[in-house]
Amino acid sequence: MILILKNRILKGVVTRHIEPGLVRELNSTGLKLKALIRKKFGKSLHIRQVDTGSCSGCESEIISTNNPIYDLQRFGVNFVASPRHADALLVTGPLSKNMLVALKSAYESMPEPKFVITLGDCALDGGLFKGSYYIEGPIKDILPVVLHIPGCPPSPLTIIKALLDLLQKEK
Amino acid sequence: MDCPELISEIKNKLPDFSALCVQEDYPDQVCIKVSPEIFKGACFTLHKMLASPVMMLFALDERNGLNKFVINCVFVSYRRRQWITVSTDILQESAYFDSLAKTIYSASLFEREIWEMFGIQARGNPDLRRLHLHDEVWPQENYPLRKDFQKVHEGNLGEYKFSRVEGRGVFEVAVGPVHAGIIGPGHFRFSVSGEPIINLETRLGFTHRGVEKLFEGKLYSQAINLSESVCGNSVFAHSLAFAQAAEKISGLVISAQVAYLRGIFLELERMYNHVNDIGGIAIDVGFSFPAAFASIIKEAILQLNDSLCASRYLKKVNLVGGVSVDIDSAKKYLLLCSLKNIKKDFNELVKILNDSVSFMDRVDTTGILKRKTAQDLGVVGLVGRASGISTDLRRYFPGVYEEAKFKMITQESGDVLARLKVRALEFFESCRLIEEFSEKLVTGGNIRVNPEQKGGSALGYVEGCRGPVLYWLKTDSAGVIQRAKIVDASFHNWQGLTFAVLGNIIPDFPVCNKSFNLSYSGNDL
Ligand code: SF4
Repeated sequence: MILILKNRILKGVVTRHIEPGLVRELNSTGLKLKALIRKKFGKSLHIRQVDTGSCSGCESEIISTNNPIYDLQRFGVNFVASPRHADALLVTGPLSKNMLVALKSAYESMPEPKFVITLGDCALDGGLFKGSYYIEGPIKDILPVVLHIPGCPPSPLTIIKALLDLLQKEK
Repeated sequence: MDCPELISEIKNKLPDFSALCVQEDYPDQVCIKVSPEIFKGACFTLHKMLASPVMMLFALDERNGLNKFVINCVFVSYRRRQWITVSTDILQESAYFDSLAKTIYSASLFEREIWEMFGIQARGNPDLRRLHLHDEVWPQENYPLRKDFQKVHEGNLGEYKFSRVEGRGVFEVAVGPVHAGIIGPGHFRFSVSGEPIINLETRLGFTHRGVEKLFEGKLYSQAINLSESVCGNSVFAHSLAFAQAAEKISGLVISAQVAYLRGIFLELERMYNHVNDIGGIAIDVGFSFPAAFASIIKEAILQLNDSLCASRYLKKVNLVGGVSVDIDSAKKYLLLCSLKNIKKDFNELVKILNDSVSFMDRVDTTGILKRKTAQDLGVVGLVGRASGISTDLRRYFPGVYEEAKFKMITQESGDVLARLKVRALEFFESCRLIEEFSEKLVTGGNIRVNPEQKGGSALGYVEGCRGPVLYWLKTDSAGVIQRAKIVDASFHNWQGLTFAVLGNIIPDFPVCNKSFNLSYSGNDL
């Protein structure tokens, strides 16, 4: 307990530990994001992530957006445990045949209004796995995708910025 | 004939053993060719003699031209510092071989894989359910790794049969493939009686992407990118194992500078994974402060990677014949300074965990994988070390680790705490190794050579963060890949998890699972 307190006090707000430029960028991006989410979704945006055969690099970066340094949650974006609680589905991976049914049923169990975001080069068109015997066509042919976040994997800051861009475009 | 002592040792144990030919392809690789009749006996003898699990068992389709399939079974000998392959040819008309699984458990998953991918049956294996190609979506009698496979033809679909535990009060809990967290897909089926788990069956393969087939027909330069996308948190280990195999085939010898650089990157990868897993164990028992603390340390290492080689996950760093990034004196300074801070933070993290009685209570004696069970299953790598099995490729095939006086870390108890301790101690050891390696770096050395395009086959192996990552490659004379077999440590270790959870309660499953932290994509390929 003492150690926790000591570290809590010594460390303070950890976002300070990264380069100042990055923090400023993050804050301005994030605050805009928060304002937009307030306007469009009431209080917060809930995202459910589905891995359709990713190498887990993309997952790792999505998790990074939630670490204390990027802390996406403070801007009102939450990752939820069930598609039934979600406004958006965040899909990674090239869509392995084995995941097709699970992906569709995750989408179907979401309440309206709902939308789909794909993340990572694999999720756009299969990426490096394009043409494999076990990959089902691009995800955008199967679900209504409104945004693709490119990268292999996209960095946490790219993810946050892309979400902001999307919300600015959506009316 | 090479290796007379090895052969006579086998003969002592197995009097009617005779090899068709024995080749020492590389100083660290021996291939023993035998007839199909004695394949099983020879494998069993080596398994016992070397106390080695089946590290790899795979098929090659050489019907085109040679009219046969080849089955290779690879063992490791730590004493000889060699990989020993038992190889046999089977004619295409009789596409089967005698199953090893009844006497060597670690062969069983490989046999299932050979059956679904090549249609070669391991005769006598009681369980030939498909592993990666799910019956519900992939029709029967489509064997994608056969050379003449073009596209899938229509056929019957089926259904996977889970093993059932029946009895009064026994019920099943099915979880997945989509889980609550941000994590890969897999299906777990628990049979529970009262509170304790009495059986767990995992069904994986959800992230199967046909990786091995995609390697075929590619040149090294394209294939190395693919190897980086097999398992996203072992990017460097996978590309390194691939590069090593390709370099062996081309007869390339890498410079000392490259060996040190690779050592540094490999240890950085291990560090971010270990701290990530320690954080994961904390979060899965609901202890959020250290979990957040661990994610800060992980982020610091990822950012360090980024500033060293412009990639948070060390992508595009390895090349066949060297590396693309050098560490000059400015970068070295940055590396050592960051490392000092990271080490300090990590030290605090470990202290916080050690000091928390309630945390220790949750992890101590939870999810025990007994040493005997681990040995029987052929568990490797970190999980094996936590159960008292001394297996670490860095120790037995040391290279630059030898002069750095690498210290292997093992624990005896095999519980979540043991796996946590191995991670923590290895983290410190990795810091020390990086410091040692960076001492040896010189500036302005040549860090890459172009590989020669040659035909041949070779095995590349690396101790990744979870355990051995193995790449077996075969190329034709133009350097085009004909077959790639990949085995990530996860493939061996998932079985271990199903035994470690027995007798525990379902709420402890996440923490057991996290303490193994196995890869879905590395397993499913
Ligand atoms: S886009 Fe890249 S990081 Fe993401 S899943 Fe695909 S290969 Fe992995």
